[in-house]
Amino acid sequence: MFKDQTAIVGIGQTSFAKSLPGSELELACQAIQLALDDAGLKPSDVDALGSFTMEHTPEFEVARNVGLGELHYFCQSPWGGGAGCGAVGQVAVALAAGVANVGVVWRSRKRGARSTRVWAGVQERITDHWKWSRPSGLVRPADECAMFTQRYMHEYGVTREQLAHVALAQREYAHKNPLAFMQSRSLTHQQYMDARMIADPLCLFDNCLETDGAIALVMVRADRAKDLRQRPAFIHAFSQGLNRQHQVNTDWHGENPLRSSSCVTAANLWRQADCGPNDVDVAQFYDAFSPLVWFSLEAYGFCEPGTAAQFVAEGGTRLGGRLPVNTSGGSLSEVYLHGLNLIVEAVRQVRGTSTAQVPDVDYSLVTACDSTPNGALLLRRK
Amino acid sequence: MIDTIPLPFTADPIDAPFWEATLRSQLVVQQCAGCQAHRFPPRPMCPQCQSLDHRWRPLSGDATVWSYTKPQPPLLPAFELLLPYVVVLAQVAEDPHIRIIGHLMSKDGGITGVDEAGLKIGAKLRVAFRQHASDVSIPGWVLVD
Ligand SMILES: [Zn+2]
Repeated sequence: MFKDQTAIVGIGQTSFAKSLPGSELELACQAIQLALDDAGLKPSDVDALGSFTMEHTPEFEVARNVGLGELHYFCQSPWGGGAGCGAVGQVAVALAAGVANVGVVWRSRKRGARSTRVWAGVQERITDHWKWSRPSGLVRPADECAMFTQRYMHEYGVTREQLAHVALAQREYAHKNPLAFMQSRSLTHQQYMDARMIADPLCLFDNCLETDGAIALVMVRADRAKDLRQRPAFIHAFSQGLNRQHQVNTDWHGENPLRSSSCVTAANLWRQADCGPNDVDVAQFYDAFSPLVWFSLEAYGFCEPGTAAQFVAEGGTRLGGRLPVNTSGGSLSEVYLHGLNLIVEAVRQVRGTSTAQVPDVDYSLVTACDSTPNGALLLRRK
Repeated sequence: MIDTIPLPFTADPIDAPFWEATLRSQLVVQQCAGCQAHRFPPRPMCPQCQSLDHRWRPLSGDATVWSYTKPQPPLLPAFELLLPYVVVLAQVAEDPHIRIIGHLMSKDGGITGVDEAGLKIGAKLRVAFRQHASDVSIPGWVLVD
């Protein structure tokens, strides 16, 4: 069985900024070295790598720069924000099966400059599924998320006043995190309500940051984890998820477009786990756009459909609330690194080293993007 | 960044008949020859019965608003020139599971600054077409009184 057979034992990150010196490769190497140091492992111990299909630094470059050992397993997980938990989970499966022994997952991005945004690279003729929406002026992921959000708010009668609390709660967490990009920048409800719209009902503060940085994670099997430097974050359960009829970011051709691939991931995660949503102490939900936190709270079973807005507005995701969420500030206020920062924070919560530490964490959940094929990891202190 | 509106590649045999129909101001969707299920966007195989055979069924062009949004800068340069505009996700009358994106259009075919009176989820729409190139006409949606 897979359950609790592997653990995340090292975390490393560069600083996060609008513009960092050095290439993405250089940043990746730095983060990996920091993560290995954190774990107390040598580069030559590493024999497995996991990354994103959207990652620009190839395995061989990473291996020959960092001085990794001979590699036995390398994989890539698809769809940007949907990929992080998948990359970690795939490496964990390979380690648990004995295909390899020490795995590293990384993501490095220089995204601060506007020209680096993925949507800005759209070509004159579109050949993939985006040919059905982008020619009509629906080009950015924010526009696509806005379609779901508008419908959701209509169906459940919720408001921007309530949506504001996703961003506000995460900004409060960022104030506690000295490494967060928005650590010293305040945000009030009024500022949120007055902000310029990006794609209504989404305003500026509903969108993730545009930042440079790199993050890496180190993983081993459970027996070895116990001898290393840090308290292990055991991988209790993992799933990827892709619903029937899914269409990436524009998943509105199925029977109920508000039932995302997260529902698939969640069902298979809880099937494997010794616990259910009620036993989870803290969660990191992928948050390129703030409504994804609502959608994920519902898909993973923490809130009934249509009730997440009220749950967040009433403080349910803040420290002391029923389920603290995105406790490092998340993609809205810490850094945008396709969600690897969320996995690092989920590990810190298990270790007891978060800057917004939840007491006595046994189960720490982290998820990937609600609107793409995605994944989730349930970490456990044990 | 491109200066033009990104357009669909129309020579893919899977969806070429859709684009050919739009040039005749007709909205069509695939209908499975095996189980009669509609599918959109076009695909080679029916997920219900695995048939590879299909016909193209013309739709009436009647629809309702499933959702909508109004993108604001930063956008591609060609879309910034079109501001303000509304993008609608329309649910077609013949099948509630067929939903098609398009610009909100005025009765005279404009897409900039269209009168939004009556724009809401559930509002009635009628298809219209806007030609962008010799091989590309894109469906959009006009509010029906
Ligand atoms: Zn069929």
